[in-house]
Amino acid sequence: MSTSIKIYVPRDAAALSVGANRVATALANEAKKRGQAVEIIRNGSRGMLWLEPLLEVETAKGRVAFGPVTPKDVASLFEANFLAGGAHALNLGLTEEIPFFKNQERLTFARVGVIDPLSLDDYIVHGGFVGLKKAVTMTGSAIVQEVADSGLRGRGGAGFPTGIKWKTVLGAEADQKYIVCNADEGDSGTFADRMLMEGDPFTLIEGMAIAGVAVGATKGFIYLRSEYPHAYQTLLEAIRTARAARWLGPAIGGSNYAFDLEVRLGAGAYICGEETSLLESLEGKRAIVRAKPPLPALKGLFGKPTIVNNVMSLATIPWIMANGAKAYADFGMGRSRGTLPIQLAGNIKQGGLIEKAFGVSLREIIETYGGGTYSGRSFRAVQVGGPLGAYFPESLLDTPMDYEAMAANKGLLGHGGMVIFDDTVDLAQQARFAFEFCAKESCGKCTPCRIGATRGVETMDKVIAGDTSKLALIDDLCHLMTDASLCAMGGLTPVPVMSAMTHFPDDFNRAPKRMAAE
Amino acid sequence: MSWDDAVASSIVNEYKHLAGATLPILHALQENFGYVDKRAVPLIADALNMSKAEIFGAITFYHDFRHEPAGQTVVKLCRAEACQSMGCESLVAHLKEAHGVEINATTPDGRLTVETVYCLGNCALGPAALIDGELVGRVDQDLLDAVCKGQSHERMAG
Repeated sequence: MSTSIKIYVPRDAAALSVGANRVATALANEAKKRGQAVEIIRNGSRGMLWLEPLLEVETAKGRVAFGPVTPKDVASLFEANFLAGGAHALNLGLTEEIPFFKNQERLTFARVGVIDPLSLDDYIVHGGFVGLKKAVTMTGSAIVQEVADSGLRGRGGAGFPTGIKWKTVLGAEADQKYIVCNADEGDSGTFADRMLMEGDPFTLIEGMAIAGVAVGATKGFIYLRSEYPHAYQTLLEAIRTARAARWLGPAIGGSNYAFDLEVRLGAGAYICGEETSLLESLEGKRAIVRAKPPLPALKGLFGKPTIVNNVMSLATIPWIMANGAKAYADFGMGRSRGTLPIQLAGNIKQGGLIEKAFGVSLREIIETYGGGTYSGRSFRAVQVGGPLGAYFPESLLDTPMDYEAMAANKGLLGHGGMVIFDDTVDLAQQARFAFEFCAKESCGKCTPCRIGATRGVETMDKVIAGDTSKLALIDDLCHLMTDASLCAMGGLTPVPVMSAMTHFPDDFNRAPKRMAAE
Repeated sequence: MSWDDAVASSIVNEYKHLAGATLPILHALQENFGYVDKRAVPLIADALNMSKAEIFGAITFYHDFRHEPAGQTVVKLCRAEACQSMGCESLVAHLKEAHGVEINATTPDGRLTVETVYCLGNCALGPAALIDGELVGRVDQDLLDAVCKGQSHERMAG
């Protein structure tokens, strides 16, 4: 009888998408056949997504990684004595020594990929609930001050200081206040929220509970996009587990504070990432953007004072409370304090999740971490910050990832997503898509967005057909949408369009003969 | 199952106590019937004390809710930027050219529905698709050929 060896196989949706369940089944079968006792733990992903399914074996020296593993590799792994970290073509050495992983600063993602996401014991052994236990001994204003001192800014995209938002809700008088987590991670190229919710859901629950304690809110909602069925199941189970262990409910963690949570599913509307339309949706209505003021902090969900924060912001709160505001603020640059979970995606050889202090350059992420394009062709453009973010060329890759530096180059950091394109990309088509996406996803309330986006598609079609005289119209339309739209949907759609025109003019100056040829 | 007003009413009653119950009700109806029939509108409006216009507006605002039953197999193919950079549009063209399958439609034999979705959060392993609820990365023509022919494919099993 051999002793039971721990093997980790991720349950993260990205790992499942390339066969993690099949690998876990093959491992269990092969181990049984050989009479080898193993304990297979379904962890979150370490974020090295090109290596998924990445399995890890716990050894005396630490966790040894193997990847990407297919079911066909399993027999040979046993032959190579992988349970003792044996030599094999897929042996990557100690997981935490892989350069992609080793050179990160993992605070928000410290536990993701390490623990069993649904084990409360594992969570607590790895520092879980230290922040909440501290928070229940503090006054609301002391907690809010700690968050403010950390310099944490909203990770959803706008970068608004979290402490100021919380202070406004704390100061509002009401019989009911709410904590709403914006988990409508709709930006293409982003998956940090999903990975965290699937890999360490108790962190989000703890962060929301701390927010509730701080401002006097007893009820929270996680508004999760319906495109994330795996995250939904993980959250439901985590909330049930937390409630059973009284980390949610009438006396959280044995304190005098009450806080409980519900998960609600969105329904495929990108606009619900905008906080006021998200609130409308939670109230059961069409997700039409509200005019501000009043701020949601004063009149939010069902007209009550509401904190609306992104998953990343709320999931970072436990770390800040446990380690102190200064420890967090010691990371970063300028007015961007702490770390940013960067998501490297698209046509990239080594894509994944990279949590780094603010200030790392786009080039370092793409070249050092990403290792170039997936196709092996030349790099041509990176879109940073989702569908409303700018397309940057090679010449701007030394821009640091920092809210102000990105803005200075007429771009934005958004939710930290980077989508890489090789030299087959046509930036005029990408500009057209930016308008098309806006036309499809606009809530329809304001004219610049609703009509402007449709006119943008029509006009780009003329440009693409070779009528370059229409470029001036595009420019004019972009200014109007920027200045006159009600929210960021219409207001920022010009960012990808204008950046594409500015940095890739050749794609727009098409020879009229193309039109004649058609 | 085909639409049944009595079953629909019991589903509406099950969820109507929730604050802001519209979306939970619509999701539950679609989960059960595969779509939301227009006969749901007065049922929900009565239960939630909202106008029929508000309920109709909600059903038609959100992309998720179907107005007619879907095919036996549902493919949600991501067509957002990260998957574009990995050639998702050539997959859309392949579906049409090789199989006559139109996107955002159900095949005439009712076997297959292919829908556009904007981002499944699998952006480092694109092109991505949800096939009957299973997330698949690195989707290629070979995989879609199997789906269109109604064959199983090892990569569709998680």
